[in-house]
Amino acid sequence: MHEGIKTISTFRLKSKDVSENKQYWRTNLKYLAILLSIWFIVSYGCGILFADYLNTIHLGGFPLGFWFAQQGAIYVFVVLIFVYVYLMNKLDKKHGLDEA
Amino acid sequence: MTSLQIWTYVIVGVTFLIYIGVAIWARAGSTKEFYVAGGGVHPVVNGMATAADWMSAASFLSMAGLISFMGFDGSQYLMGWTGGYVLLALLLAPYLRKFGKFTVPDFIGDRYYSQTARIVAVICALFVSFTYVVGQMKGVGVAFSRFLDTSFETGVILGAGIVFFYAVLGGMKGITYTQVAQFCVLIFAFTVPAIFISLQMVNNPIPQIGMGGHLADGTALLDKINQVSIDLGFHEYTSGHKPRIDLFCVTAALMLGTAGLPHVIVRFFTVPKVKDARISAGYALLFIAILYTTAPAVAVFARTNLIETVDNADYASLPPWFKSWETTGLLAFNDKNGDGKIQYYNDTNASFVSQVADPRGWQGNELEIDHDIIVLANPEIANLPAWVIALVVAGGLAAALSTAAGLLLVISTSISHDLMRRWLMPHITEKQELRYARTAIAVAVVIAAYAGYNPPDYVAAIVAFAFGLAASSFFPAIILGIFDKRMNMQGAVSGMIVGISFTAIYIVYFKFGGGIGHPERYFMDISPEGIGTIGMLINLVVSLVVSRLTPAPPLHVQELVEEIRVPRGSKISGDNH
Repeated sequence: MHEGIKTISTFRLKSKDVSENKQYWRTNLKYLAILLSIWFIVSYGCGILFADYLNTIHLGGFPLGFWFAQQGAIYVFVVLIFVYVYLMNKLDKKHGLDEA
Repeated sequence: MTSLQIWTYVIVGVTFLIYIGVAIWARAGSTKEFYVAGGGVHPVVNGMATAADWMSAASFLSMAGLISFMGFDGSQYLMGWTGGYVLLALLLAPYLRKFGKFTVPDFIGDRYYSQTARIVAVICALFVSFTYVVGQMKGVGVAFSRFLDTSFETGVILGAGIVFFYAVLGGMKGITYTQVAQFCVLIFAFTVPAIFISLQMVNNPIPQIGMGGHLADGTALLDKINQVSIDLGFHEYTSGHKPRIDLFCVTAALMLGTAGLPHVIVRFFTVPKVKDARISAGYALLFIAILYTTAPAVAVFARTNLIETVDNADYASLPPWFKSWETTGLLAFNDKNGDGKIQYYNDTNASFVSQVADPRGWQGNELEIDHDIIVLANPEIANLPAWVIALVVAGGLAAALSTAAGLLLVISTSISHDLMRRWLMPHITEKQELRYARTAIAVAVVIAAYAGYNPPDYVAAIVAFAFGLAASSFFPAIILGIFDKRMNMQGAVSGMIVGISFTAIYIVYFKFGGGIGHPERYFMDISPEGIGTIGMLINLVVSLVVSRLTPAPPLHVQELVEEIRVPRGSKISGDNH
């Protein structure tokens, strides 16, 4: 098993590659922080902690807090994953780390 | 035989033939095919299979009913069982795919360079999966016995036979393609009645929008259900009732548990590339969201319909579906004040009882409603044709069978791969390992069928275990293994042990021990369903503290972490095996 890892490791022995990987990872963490903040705000924020307040506002026939908790949060979850996929595919290409 | 029964036999029979046909077409020839379907599954296909794997008998049959009785508080299931996929896609799936092995214990064992860590992980995986699979077998028995006039036992044996056939033959490959068929059946079966009912009640073909629509007389449906609920002494449907901190923790425990469940994680080992692992989590959630956004609409429609039908109604003049569901025991009418009418209200609401019920001569709630009836009887309450009802039965079976198969595979992999190959008998050939895998799955089906046939009374209670334990053990160990290069064996193992012990003790105390019926003793109002969140935090803190007080992990492990963080150079699982 360790042999397998060593073979891959030889790809990134050059120091240029190491800093490239570091930058890639830093950008990845930045994306994660932004996307997971949105994830937290729509579900735990709008759907739970501020739901009572938002329920005083109506969206069509829905009280807004209730809508977030039973519909809106789920739609946002789906969108977040697809946005993440788009961002990461672009990032992979930029750093030349995408798979053949 | 009634026309409903004929339709049910035909539709269930046809779907079963499809599953068997698919299984024969997609049978597995190697361990790689058996464990991870050869690692070449297209992301859309994998997304559908993951969705079917994920949506169990509970999602299909029970969840909408639970929500219809809980109202806003039912949101914990909706958000909890979908939000975990965001964590999976962003924090776990791509890295575990890059790691490129078969199982979660594989990752834990290699990343924490320890046989102990691997064995702790195997035990957790087995416990979580067995807990879950017993519930599915019970679901199969219930669906059969209610609709096909078979006994509960025959139902369990028939269901186990079908799963046995395609799981033993096809392994992950057979299961994946059968699950695609099962997804189509279950999603069609769930949405068709919802669309019909939405059209009938609010004249909108999209249930997700229809639940916010207006009735023929111009009142908003949600205002109506709020009013009706309050009139009968229940709390307002669209606002919360239980402590916010508990709602918060239960939602979090379900999300973290989802992202830590081995039968979900193993799905992301089956796709060819890291890129595919990310996108297939997206497809999976998209397909799951179809059911999860329809369910709250079904809950509102069905509850409104049901109350309208039974509220103060003459028992003698009720529609025929009421009587037929009474015989199944899912509806139970007891005319306490002998007036021949049904009084359905919240008799635990003291002020409502003294101010409204007593003056009217009501002597207690007279109608017991099992929440499973909401999905099962919904098409009948709305007067839909018999084939739609038959479809719901086939959908419930598809949901139970697909989840059971996925879980059984995890159980057999844990035994043949993690225990036999990686620990007890490292020198067995691939052929032998495959034979062990098939034997293990066969034995697991038999045990699961037996347990489902004799379900312990506390099946529902131990479901809290599955999520709580997954959240407090696997989730932090995997996340830290990827995002914290400094995390070592000492930190991860002590974190898992402390987190899982805390969670297990809390659940056992309140579900089986001295704490039963004493919610006032809950720690900060947090129920056993939500305690996994606290267990996860404890695990996190213990891991971080212990790891910083002990030596850094060996160099080759630090290199492994560097490697899994970038997608380039990913291999198909098993090539270096």
